[in-house]
Parts: sequence; C-alpha cells; structure tokens
Amino acid sequence: MASDTFLDIRNLKIGVTVREPGERPRDITIVHGVSTKLEEGKVLGLIGESGAGKSTIGLSSLGYGRGGVEITGGEVWVNGRDILDLNRAGLNSFRGKEVCYVSQSAAAGFNPAHKLIDQVIEASLEHGIMSKPEAMARARELFAALSLPDPDNIGDRYPHQVSGGQLQRVMTAMALCPKPDLIVFDEPTTALDVTTQIDVLAAIKNAIRVTGVAALYITHDLAVVAQVADEIMVLRNGETVEHGSTKQIIEDPQEEYTKALVSVRSITHEEKVPTDKPIIEMKNIVAGYGSGPKILDDVSVELHPGQTLAVVGESGSGKSTLARVLTGLLPPRSGEITFEDRTLTPDQKSRPREDLRRIQMIYQMADTAMNPRQSIGTIIGRPLEFYFGIKGRKRDEKVAELLDKIELPADIAGRYPAELSGGQKQRVCIARALAANPDVIICDEVTSALDPLVADGILKLLLDLQAREGVAYLFITHDLATVRAIADSIAVMYKGRLARYGTKTEVLTPPFDDYTDLLLSSVPEMELGWLEQVMAHRKMESAGN
Amino acid sequence: MDLKTIPISAWIGIISTTCFVLAAIFAPLIAPYGMAEVVGGVWEPMSATHWLGTDNLGRDLFSRMIYGAQTTLTIAALATLVSFTTGSLLGMTAAVVGGWTDQILSRFVDLLMSIPTLIFALVVLSVLPPGLLTLILVMGVLDATRVFRLSRAVAVDVNVMDFVEAAKLRGEGRWWIITREILPNALSTLVAELGLRFIFMVLFLSALSFLGLGIQPPQADWGGMVKENKDGIVFGIGAALIPAAAIALLAISVNLIADWILNRTTDLKGGRGGQ
Amino acid sequence: MNPALKLIAQRLALGALLLLAVSALIFAGTQILPGDVAQSILGQSATPESLANLREELGLNEPALTRYFDWLGGILVGDLGTALTSGADISEAVGKRLSATLFLASVAAVISIPLAILLGLVAVRYKDRWPDKLISASTLASISLPEFFIGYLLIVFFAVNLGWFPSLARINDGMSFFAKLEAVFLPALTLTLVVLAHMMRMTRAAILNVMQSAYIETAELKGLGSFKIIARHAFPNAIAPIINVVMLNMAYLVVGVVVVEVIFNYPGMGQYLVDHVSKRDVPVVQACGLIFAAIYIGLNLVADVVSILTNPRLRHPK
Repeated sequence: MASDTFLDIRNLKIGVTVREPGERPRDITIVHGVSTKLEEGKVLGLIGESGAGKSTIGLSSLGYGRGGVEITGGEVWVNGRDILDLNRAGLNSFRGKEVCYVSQSAAAGFNPAHKLIDQVIEASLEHGIMSKPEAMARARELFAALSLPDPDNIGDRYPHQVSGGQLQRVMTAMALCPKPDLIVFDEPTTALDVTTQIDVLAAIKNAIRVTGVAALYITHDLAVVAQVADEIMVLRNGETVEHGSTKQIIEDPQEEYTKALVSVRSITHEEKVPTDKPIIEMKNIVAGYGSGPKILDDVSVELHPGQTLAVVGESGSGKSTLARVLTGLLPPRSGEITFEDRTLTPDQKSRPREDLRRIQMIYQMADTAMNPRQSIGTIIGRPLEFYFGIKGRKRDEKVAELLDKIELPADIAGRYPAELSGGQKQRVCIARALAANPDVIICDEVTSALDPLVADGILKLLLDLQAREGVAYLFITHDLATVRAIADSIAVMYKGRLARYGTKTEVLTPPFDDYTDLLLSSVPEMELGWLEQVMAHRKMESAGN
Repeated sequence: MDLKTIPISAWIGIISTTCFVLAAIFAPLIAPYGMAEVVGGVWEPMSATHWLGTDNLGRDLFSRMIYGAQTTLTIAALATLVSFTTGSLLGMTAAVVGGWTDQILSRFVDLLMSIPTLIFALVVLSVLPPGLLTLILVMGVLDATRVFRLSRAVAVDVNVMDFVEAAKLRGEGRWWIITREILPNALSTLVAELGLRFIFMVLFLSALSFLGLGIQPPQADWGGMVKENKDGIVFGIGAALIPAAAIALLAISVNLIADWILNRTTDLKGGRGGQ
Repeated sequence: MNPALKLIAQRLALGALLLLAVSALIFAGTQILPGDVAQSILGQSATPESLANLREELGLNEPALTRYFDWLGGILVGDLGTALTSGADISEAVGKRLSATLFLASVAAVISIPLAILLGLVAVRYKDRWPDKLISASTLASISLPEFFIGYLLIVFFAVNLGWFPSLARINDGMSFFAKLEAVFLPALTLTLVVLAHMMRMTRAAILNVMQSAYIETAELKGLGSFKIIARHAFPNAIAPIINVVMLNMAYLVVGVVVVEVIFNYPGMGQYLVDHVSKRDVPVVQACGLIFAAIYIGLNLVADVVSILTNPRLRHPK
C-alpha cells in the first residue's frame, strides 16, 4: 500500500438489526460493498440522500457503529492497519488521536456538565499528545482560526452559553486539537441557518487548509460539498453510484442519478403579474405569543389569486408565525386580514366553516401531519365528507380522482401513512388540502424535510396543480432556491419585520438591502470557488452570530 | 393479530388471569363449602376433604379463597372502572381544552397526589360510614389522579401533533378530535395502564383489608383472610400465606399482560425503522 | 440573583404553600364529609342529648373555618391536640413513635440505597444479558408482591424456621443500639425488598438515558476508556436523576412503613395511625396524616432542589 494513502476502505459491508415493537428482530444490509481511498491532506465528499449509508461509512473509519449497526464484511485500513481487527483498547488508541469526528448536532455532542475548553483538549491529554498548557494554547489558536469571537475566553463557557453556529465551530476545534490525520465531518452545517452555514463552512474549509488534515465530508447537499471537497463519491442505497474529482462530478457527471442531483433546483417558472385585487391582504400585522415579545412587527403582504407569495427568512424571522396568524391559530395583537373584500375573523375558532374550507394548510413534516391510525382513504376523504357531505362510494371515487391528481395509484387509499415513503406522504397531504377545493393553500416548509430529488418532484406537482386549479400559495420557506423556482412575489423577513417585499424580479434584482444580500449570497451554488467569491464580498455578519 | 407473536410470558399471564376470573365468576359453583360455613377444627392441615386446610375459625380455606377471589376481583374491578373513567375523561378534556380548565384540574390533582394515597385513604375512612360503596369510591377517586396524569400527558403529546392541528383547522369539533384523532393513538398506552391500575387496586384493597379498614368479616376477601390467619404464622401455620400468594400471583399475571401490551405499542410516528 | 437560587427559593415557598393546602385538604376530608365525629364516637344508639353535649365539648358547633385555624395555630406551636379516645396529648405520643418510624425507615434506606444503585449499575453494565434480565424479572415480581406477603415469608423463614430474628419487632428506650438494630432487622429487610427492585430499575433507566446521549458517543469517539466515560461524562449528568429516583423511593418507603409496622407489631407512627383510624379518633388521624404528608412532600422537595443544583444550565446562566 502506498504510504500516502491514509484511509483505505475495501469492499465494506454494513448491516443493522432492526427491532420493531411486536416483531422479531431482523437483519438488513445497509451498505453493500463500498470501496474508497483517501490520501493524506485530501478531502473526500460523501454525498447521498437519507438511507444512502454515508454516515455509516463515515463512522466505520473510526471502527464505530451507531445503534445496532455492525460492520459485516470488508476491510478498513487506517494508517496501514486494518482497524476491524482491533479490540476495544486498540480502537481507543487511535480514536481521537488519528481520526476525529464532528457530528451534525454539536449541541447534543457536547457534555452539558463541562466547560468547552476541557472537552476540546480532553483527547489531546488522554492520548498524551501534548501537555495541558500546550493543548490550551492550541485550542485558542484553533478558536481564532475558526473565527470564533473572543478566542481566549470562549473556552471557559459551557455548551449552552454559545450559539449553535459557534458550537459547531468549537466542535471542529475539538476534532482538530489532537492534530489528527483524518476528520470525519458528518453533516456539520445541516442543522444551521443558511447564513450561519456559510460562515461555518468557510471556517471549516480554512481550518482544513491551515492544518493540512484529511477529511471525509458527509452531506446531502452537493452544492455544499462542492465547496470543500477535492473528490466526491455519490452514494445511493448503500452503493457507490459515481466517484470522481469534484470538477468532474459537478461539470461532467456520468451517471443519470448524479446528473439529476447536479441539476436539482433548476425548476424555473414564469413570474405572473399581480392582479388588481388580491385574494388575501394582511395589513400591519403585529403578533406574539401570550404576553411575550412581538414576533411579527407591522407586517403587510398581499396574496393574489392563482399566484404564489413566498415568505422567506431564517429561523426566528417570524415566517411561520405569519402563517399561524393567517390560519387564525394565533390571532394578531393588531392589524387586519382581508379575504376577498371582507375582513377575516382573527380567531380560527369563530371562523365560518366556508372560510376554513377555502384556506388549507400543508405541513413540513408529513409524518406528523397525518394520523397514523387512519387510512389514506380516510385522511383524504374526511374533508370531502366534512365540507361537502360526500359519503360512501362517491367519496371513494373522489378520493381516487384526487390520488390521480397527485400522481399516486388509487389502491393506496387502503394503506396507512407508515407504509408510504416521505415523498408519497407529502403528496397525500397535498391531496387532503385539495379535497377541500380551497382558494389558498399555506405551504409551511413543505419540501425542507425531503431529499432534494423528491423535493423537486413535490415543487413540480405544486406548480402543475396551481396552473390547473388556480389555487394561490402562501409558501413559507428558508430555502431561496425553492423561492426562485416557484414564487411570483417574495417577502423577505428578518427579526419579525419585512426586510424586502415585492414581485420576484423586484426582490431579486440589485441593489439589495444588506440582509437580503446576505441571504441571497448564502445559498450555496453548484459552482467551484463560489464560497471564496462570496466570503470576499460580504457586507454583513450572519444573523446567527 | 398473529397468535405466534405473543410471547410465552404473556401467555402465562393470560391463562392464569383467566383462571382467576373464572373462579371469581363461578365461585358458588366451584366452592365445595359455603363461604362462612364452619366445617372443621381450627387450622387443620391440607387434606383430601379440605384441599388448603381450614382457617382460624375452622372454615374451608379453599372455598373461602374462591369466594375471596370474587370479592377482591369485583371490588378492584369496580374501583378501577371509577378511577379509569373519571381519570381518563378528565385528563383528555384538560389536555384538549387547556387554559383554566386544565390549570384548575391539574393543580387539584397535584394537591391530591402530594398526600400518599394510602394515608389519605386512611384519613377519609376514619370518618366515612363503612361499606363497599365507600370503599369503591375512595379507592377509585384517589387513584383517578394517576390515570388523570397519564392520560393528560399522552393526550398532550398527541394534541401537539400536526394532524390534530389540521383537524382543528378543518373545523372539527372537540368530540371528533378526542375520539377520532387522540384516543386511537393513546389507546394501547391506556389499555396497559388499565392493567396496572387493576393490580394497584387489588394491592390497595388487600392492604386496607389487612389493616382491618377494608372489607369487613365475615365476607371473604384475600387481604382480610391474611389478617384473620396471621396469628398462625408464629406457630408455623402458613394459612395466611395462601391468600397473600394468590394476590401476588394475580398481580404478576396481570403485569405480564400489561408488559406485553406496552412493548408492542408502536410509536406515534409509525416509522418503518431502518435508518 | 442566580437563577438556581431563585428557583430553589421558589420551590421552597411552593412546598410550604403545598403543605398548607394539604393541611386544609386533610382537615376538610375529616370534617365536611358526611360522617359525624360525635356520632362515630358514641355509636348509633347515642341519645340526641349526649350527642349535643359531646359536640359542644369538642367544639364542633364552631364554624369549620374557625376550627381549622385553631387546629393550624396549634400545630405551628407544636400542639397537635388531644386524642378523643384516651385524652392523651398527641404531640407526646407522636414524638416517640415518629422517632421509631424514622429509625426503621433509615435502616431500610441505609441497606436499600447503596444496594439499589450498585445493582442498577450492574444491570447497565450487563444490559440485555442475564444479570439485567434477572433484575428486570425481579422488579416485576416485587411490584406485584404485597408487603405482607414478603413480611410473613421472612417471618416464617428467619423467625419461625431458623429462629435468627424475633418475629415481633419490639423496641424500647432501654435497648442498646445493636439490640434495636436486631429487632428491626426483619421489618427493615421487608421494606428494602419492597423498594429495592423499583429503585434499581429506575436507576438503570436513568443511567441508560444518560449513556444514550450524543455526548457519550463523542467521548467514545475520542478514544476514552469505559471507566473514564462513566466517571467523567456519564456520572455528573446521572447524579440528579439518581437522587430523584432515591427520593421518590424513600417517599414510597415512608408509606410502606404503615403496613410493615402492623405486620411486625412495631410501635411506630403507622401502627398508631391505623389503630386510631379503627377507633375513629379524628384528631390523631389528622395529625398523623399531616406528618406523613409533610415527610412525603419534604422528600419530593429535596429531589427537586437537588436536580436544580446539578443542572449546569441553571448553575451557569447565559
């Protein structure tokens, strides 16, 4: 084996024992013979949708299987030895010394009972790599290299005392501290807001460059991994689809699946001109929970019939609260909602049934939006029965019709939500909303829990349905790429206020206000060198810091 | 449901509980002697005529055990019924209605639960007129606090799910939301709890009777029979241990069933497992 | 002020308030319910005159609220009133019996707490193997066994068959500490068996909950040995839940004392209470009920305070 090959995974097979309540445990293979090599100082991106086995493969380089996961075949060579042969003591001697790990949720990954600095230097001391003062000094250097504020003192804080974006960077420092040869980054920016993600991404990239460590970078977002990786391996259902240089994968993908991933989010749609009369007008809305602070402060937006208003912002911007105000679940403190030409009752409980019917809602998590004890037929059929009194055979026929509209087979009506895939579930939720024959559908982050390709399918379906049924969407999202794809007008929200509002062209054409600029520039693009360009031109600190 | 998936432990529980229930229902047909009939000497040993021997007054212990099963199981079942209907109905209502209704009910239950159940029962029994109805009501009402807490907690968990919000947005009434959206998702937890509450009632009733404050003689009930025969223990006469063992056996059997129901409860998300 | 201290102050105030509410509830429970104290003392055959006289004597003609505050005022200065049946001073009788009960409960606690935590750790260490399964099975058995079944089995075995310990736990002031210890051994063992399984199963759950946290995985991936992971990362986070478990079970133990004292004829609070419930001696029942409730609330309060003190989020505010 060449001396500069640090990690060599050969024909790796991984299985898991699934234990479901009331059933006998059964073994499933989740990785079917994957091989790859990583040279010193290189970054390999592992990309795939959920269930692709990417995290499992990443953890195997530490000889670790999470929750019932077991390596059933193949070899994992680290620094010239097969770590699958090692016993517990052998594993402990290289974990945290030669290979370190950065998890998706640093908030859960840090022990709440200890100061950050003690956790950051723990591995270095444990393996006798350096003395305590040396480790402390190195930690502070790393904090600075990762552009953490107050690098000399931030280590004295406890995990709950710093923000999520900062914690993710501290975890990177923790992985870098013992000077390992390889770091496994497991979706390190996925849980962060988009403007914070890019800061952390830039910090990680910089730290990798400065220290010369090799890395496995695991993510579901090809645009993100394209910014940091030298090579990319595309995985699907535990098998390698394609493996090549980042340039080749992005610019000249060979496999159909890779091509689809690269061209994801390329849906476009012609912007519609606003009509004279909006169907919904929210005027000077001020809202908050209980006697708490204002979550929405003087927000006014219009939604036109048959069109899409995208409300975009980061967590805490108030975008979901706006949807709750419109549904009547959270009556506003002041302000008014006009529906066609009359005032809509603020409280949902006293709205007439007809108003309830005409405004429907689709949720982010299709899993929790459907009663697991009801069949798909009941779920879609209930609005028909409730609003229109359609029962029995006629109801079943209508359900079949609706299922056809959302491109699912009619026999799915007899099944239960747990038997469907994520994309199918979201389609059923769309059908349930359509069953009420509404004028307005509120879509609350409906694609953000889905894999990119599945999300694309849902967006196409929504556009298609809008064209045919003339329904208007209030589309809540944090993802600007989605906004570009489907919006007619856009409201950018920042800390409870409208930062920018207008037609899609108006909002997306410069000159921008600082926040919109930050937001727009933070959306990773499928382009090499994008990260560097953006970081060079930023005007504003990310909202999460 | 596939019978093969029921584990052996649950089978043992089901069979033995069924035996107890059958004995209770058909007590007069099965028992060889009358409940209060004196048929022999005091504390006679086990024999062919008296399978379990005789008790402190010379009554047939086996017959009294069977009549005792009837009393103990009936009272415990009725008290469970009281505790369960009040507790779960109020608990779910508190969760769904929320606001002041929830606050007042929950704080009152907190207050009741800050006094140990047995102690509060003793306090109340010191003034209430003795009788079966008093006993059932006191046990049922005090225990309803636990059912209230559990069903409220389960209902609150379900109530925050998006599908309940979707039903509210659709304009569904409270009755639909409680019976169609929440109850089906809370059912298996509640059924398992029903078993546990029943066991608790059996133990509670037996403890009260053992302390002389539950069912009054000559009516046979297991806790009371332990009390009647306990003086024999120091002479090496194990008559008191027989009803005590019956209580333990019944409790274990029902526990085995409840355990099985709890274990096969699927989670709310209804996920397929895997990754 | 530090939020932890503020929270603790709040909890203590809440505990005091709860105790007040409990006293009202106990009082109400014995007064407003359809029973009549005078009637219960004199029985059904009492003449209306004698009933009226007794009511006058007991102050039952005063409004309930006045009587409640009289009672409460008395308790605050340590006067629990006099027993109806014997006319004896309740505070004096309770004092002796309370110390006897606390002695018994303490012995049981000293045996059961370390044993339960140790066995809980064993169950975690051998999770899903036979020691764990054995512990699970014994829990099932132990929550199903009535106290008197355990108690009489122990008597049959240790007192009647082997003759090692007395079957009746009699203690008096003149006895040496060790003689007392021998006397309460069987009742203490009964109590231990009653709470042990439950306590160890809850300890097991508390530790497992911590062991499944993501930060334990982080520690494992740093290459730390099992002992260091447990000592440095699991233990600090497991203290609060374990203390909680212990306190909950101690509260349970205090109630279990009632039945166990009757089994062993032990001269403690439990037997005192049960005797006077049968005699319908309301002042004694009220006093005992309040004391049991106070101990119960106090133990729960300790659990609360400990979990506040060990929560890093509260100790080190933002």
